[in-house]
Amino acid sequence: MNKKKEQLLTLIFVILLAALIWLAQNYFDKYLIRILNLGFIYVILAVSLNLLFGFTGQFSLGHAGFMAIGAYTTSLLILPVSQKEMIYLIEPIIWPLSILEIPFIIALLLGGLFAAIAAILIGLPVLRLRGDYLGIATLGFAEIIRVIANNIPQVTNGALGLKGVPEYTNLWWSAGFAVVTVFVIKRLISSSYGRALMAIRENEIAAETIGVNLTYHKVMSFTISAFFAGIGGGLLASLLTTIDPRTFMMFLTFNVLIVVVIGGLGNLTGTIISAFLFNFTLEYLRPIENGFSLIFFSVPKIPGLRMVVFSIALLLVILFKQKGILGEFEFSWQRIAQIKNSLISRTSEGGEL
Amino acid sequence: MTLLKLNNVTMRFGGLTAVDSFKLALKKGEILGLIGPNGAGKTTVFNMITGIYSPTKNSIYFRDENITGLKPDIIAKKGIARTFQNIRLLDNLTVLDNVMIGVHLHLKSSLFSAILRLPGYVREEKSLYTKSINLLERVELGDFAYEKAGSLPYGKQRKLEIARALATNPELLLLDEPAAGMNPQESQELVNFIRQLRDQFNVTIFLIEHDMKVVMGLCERILVLDYGVTIAEGIPQEIQNNPEVIKAYLGVDVVNA
Repeated sequence: MNKKKEQLLTLIFVILLAALIWLAQNYFDKYLIRILNLGFIYVILAVSLNLLFGFTGQFSLGHAGFMAIGAYTTSLLILPVSQKEMIYLIEPIIWPLSILEIPFIIALLLGGLFAAIAAILIGLPVLRLRGDYLGIATLGFAEIIRVIANNIPQVTNGALGLKGVPEYTNLWWSAGFAVVTVFVIKRLISSSYGRALMAIRENEIAAETIGVNLTYHKVMSFTISAFFAGIGGGLLASLLTTIDPRTFMMFLTFNVLIVVVIGGLGNLTGTIISAFLFNFTLEYLRPIENGFSLIFFSVPKIPGLRMVVFSIALLLVILFKQKGILGEFEFSWQRIAQIKNSLISRTSEGGEL
Repeated sequence: MTLLKLNNVTMRFGGLTAVDSFKLALKKGEILGLIGPNGAGKTTVFNMITGIYSPTKNSIYFRDENITGLKPDIIAKKGIARTFQNIRLLDNLTVLDNVMIGVHLHLKSSLFSAILRLPGYVREEKSLYTKSINLLERVELGDFAYEKAGSLPYGKQRKLEIARALATNPELLLLDEPAAGMNPQESQELVNFIRQLRDQFNVTIFLIEHDMKVVMGLCERILVLDYGVTIAEGIPQEIQNNPEVIKAYLGVDVVNA
């Protein structure tokens, strides 16, 4: 398969996706649109975490912190001035935030940018740590961000949070950014820079002695990952329309982590599928929390029972499918062509019999 | 011309002196061997040269430039490459990728142009690919280019690690026990292979080895280290008959008897 043909197929794929989104945005019910939106946002979050954890091998639990930075930045910049006057009850909002109201796209990008800057600042000291220690340090960072958000009411409105954030996020935005995220990260990991990142994952000392600058590449991966986490956070804020510090507690990072592990460390296709799988299952499992009866016994109402299902799913994946739901499979047109050819040859062989 | 110079370099870990006043002047183009009993500090010498450790005392000069305390990736860029005693390949990447990462350090394209696949990057990536394939062909690993490095047989993994080191285009190649775990026939092949390397790739070679056949057959000059102290230096015949060396390896009685 040559390059021209691949590009054509990609173009057709993008047009099809756009048509689907148009269809969904106009004809699907609100509930379904919301789940799809969450799905796309989780694609952004999970793919960006996978860049850091799956491809660079750096175990970070700070994703919620970067999302919080993105979410607050975006929300504060798109909140209408009149709304700001209304919701800041504890202390009035500081200038110039009090009079700022800018377009959604710029606010989103700024959210990503601030998250990225935070990543550089935190990454330079913290990425010297390895393994679990890095996880703990980044977890601490995310908690610090949350505590700060709780304690500067003149900026974040403290524990009351921000209400009435304009609902700009629709499928075009979320899917659009999901496509950009996947595109950028796919391009990155298949470049020589990506190879250097994977070298770090495989063996730091070896990578270093063949000339890979550890600090630079780790911070780069961390920063790009945080940038997209920030954008994901901004999209999420404008989808939920209400955010407060509790939105960005640890469980949010763990949700993204579940998606990454089920999708497969270092597997983009699997991560995308598992992002949707996660959100759809999460929604359609709601009824089981209302209590149900099996043949011999009845289960009472247990809020949070859905997450138990995920814990079990996670355990099963870790035990039986360490490489994620798709194993070694990674989507590419070439791979699809290979599978098609092998199917064709198999059926033709069958015909001869 | 002296390529690498160590001036009485000392390395201490707390109270333990791993290498004591190690002196070395490596001439361009030679093959120098470093031998000594286990724990003599041989690998520590390599780790100091490649920047994994920074010596406690005194300095290391590469092409008359002080490289003491520089980070390993900088030292690699300056032209020193190495292999490891326990093979450190990037197991889950292909053989080709392993070598291409070695070439990566000479890349000039920015991250931005890599993501957008700008013409400059595409050109560089292409030449990177050709260089890497060529290198693999030259070390007879061309047939395995798309296999995972971790799945190669042991001998080929050793070879690949050397190829990866060569990919960084080094002037000085440090080999840490290249013949470890090889049978006599394999190690004889290795001797020929390393000799070829020196001539084909124009590298100076400094190697640690326990297999005396390899050391004696390959090295033009040998240094012997025992408990961090250099106890002998000379051509292979001198080393073989040096009582100090025999004592270090076999104990006192043998010398007296």
